[in-house]
Amino acid sequence: MSSTKLRILVPVKRVIDFAIKPRINKAQTGVETKGVKFSINPFCDIALEESVRIKENSKDLVEKIHAVSIGPSKAKDVLRTALAKGADTSTLVDVGEQEVEPLQVAKMLKKLVERENSNLVILGKQAIDDDSNQTGQILAGLLKWPQATNAFKVELDGESVAVTREVDEGVETVKAKLPLIITTDLRLNEPRYASLQNIMKAKKKPLETLKAADLGIEIENRLETLKVEEPPARSAGVKVETVDELISKLKELKAI
Amino acid sequence: LNTLVFIESNASGATTPASLSAITAATQLGKPVTALVVGSNADSIAPQASKAGVSKVLVAKDAKYDHYLAEEVAPLVENIIKESGYTHFITPASSVGKSVLPRVAASLDVQPISDIVKIVNENTFVRPIYAGNALATVKSKDSIILASVRASAFAPVATSGSAAPIEEVSTVDTDNRTEFVSEELVSDGFDLSSSKIVVAGGRGLKNKATFDELMNPLASKLKAAIGASRAAVDSGFCDNSLQIGQTGKIIAPELYIGVGISGAIQHLAGMKDSKTIVAINKDPDAPIFNVADIGLVGDLNEVIPELTKKL
Repeated sequence: MSSTKLRILVPVKRVIDFAIKPRINKAQTGVETKGVKFSINPFCDIALEESVRIKENSKDLVEKIHAVSIGPSKAKDVLRTALAKGADTSTLVDVGEQEVEPLQVAKMLKKLVERENSNLVILGKQAIDDDSNQTGQILAGLLKWPQATNAFKVELDGESVAVTREVDEGVETVKAKLPLIITTDLRLNEPRYASLQNIMKAKKKPLETLKAADLGIEIENRLETLKVEEPPARSAGVKVETVDELISKLKELKAI
Repeated sequence: LNTLVFIESNASGATTPASLSAITAATQLGKPVTALVVGSNADSIAPQASKAGVSKVLVAKDAKYDHYLAEEVAPLVENIIKESGYTHFITPASSVGKSVLPRVAASLDVQPISDIVKIVNENTFVRPIYAGNALATVKSKDSIILASVRASAFAPVATSGSAAPIEEVSTVDTDNRTEFVSEELVSDGFDLSSSKIVVAGGRGLKNKATFDELMNPLASKLKAAIGASRAAVDSGFCDNSLQIGQTGKIIAPELYIGVGISGAIQHLAGMKDSKTIVAINKDPDAPIFNVADIGLVGDLNEVIPELTKKL
């Protein structure tokens, strides 16, 4: 076993809770956020869980799990959750209510990776608000590190990490030595709930707040959102009474 | 203005349908389209790609591109874009495209646009957000546009045109540290993401035994892939790789048949772009009937075996 200690960085994003159907605002500029429940992005939760499991399975291997959120000051809530579930320290980059695109997020994460001397970044494959699926790969590109996206299984062996990835036609396994970027897919694990005791304990764990400028970054979004609208509604079709009617209707629609 | 499109091949050495959809999207930009094929079998894919209405095919024949590792492919793409001055780079929004495109973006300092479903003009695109619950129209300020294309929104281009010229491009040396180990592809060929017909089971199937007993024969009769709702996965009826929805797979087959699925928001987000939707449920008020083209209210235990028999 190699003696390289893992210093894991886990970015977590605050998003509208996955169980809530987003409503588009009247001005058609985005979705309504007032009075809406926010939670940790489900894929970030899986990334956090994986980090904590790595630490629990081989305690001596992990020096630290550092959680990062880039968002409004309310994103402290998701960092408190991350600390309650097992992260050791945390940083909020407070960008106010501004939306920040993946390229800008990745630039800030790169600065934090360098500052924290991280050698493993585990992050969700995508956030369920903008659905970009980019941040991990851009970060890997900026750092010139290996990337293993859509992880279904992660196996550590000293400095070498084997990641089995979800791909369109099945799964594939890739291997790389640290430092490495991993993005997590749905099947990797099932995140735990934070116990009340751990939530209380987490209040004493470090949570620092920075501004983008503290990292030497001036946020410079590249995409202008011209409009956000409802997708065309599907109108309900016909009801049939019997299997025979169903089959003849399918034939009529040339569906079979 | 010139557009470069990344073309993938499948295990049997043909261009993937999603790549042909990406060419359709690239063509809509109205500029000459160059196709890029890579890997040790690039020579055999190139002739097919050359007949897909493109003006040129670039071939990077090297085994190091065989598994489309982003660490190898991205520097190659970056080099081609810089040397030949491409203004647009388009990939299918496949697992390969999603892995490669942002890595190219990192080195070009560009904000990519994922999963486009419509091209408004050369720098303005429509893409789904919130799992398709909203459509955003975004305009890019970048001088190079990088976009991935959602295959279900663009019909695959025909590969019966006249053959465009094929050129070799030089490969790029990298310090790649990632190694491909192995792959395990779904053996039956009915992959949920690309299957033309999907039959999906929900909580209404009550247990794993009924799920298998009713869904497997129906799927094999229709040559369909099997999917499931989150409720069915959470109840242990089937593996979570089958989950359709916001946190699972997003599908848009020609025909979707939902069996015992009520139609929770997350599930609808994953299948509502299917061409024809059939819902079979005993609850006449199930929300899935609001999006279904054909609805049948009935007892699954009777309806499904009868349907399987009569199809």
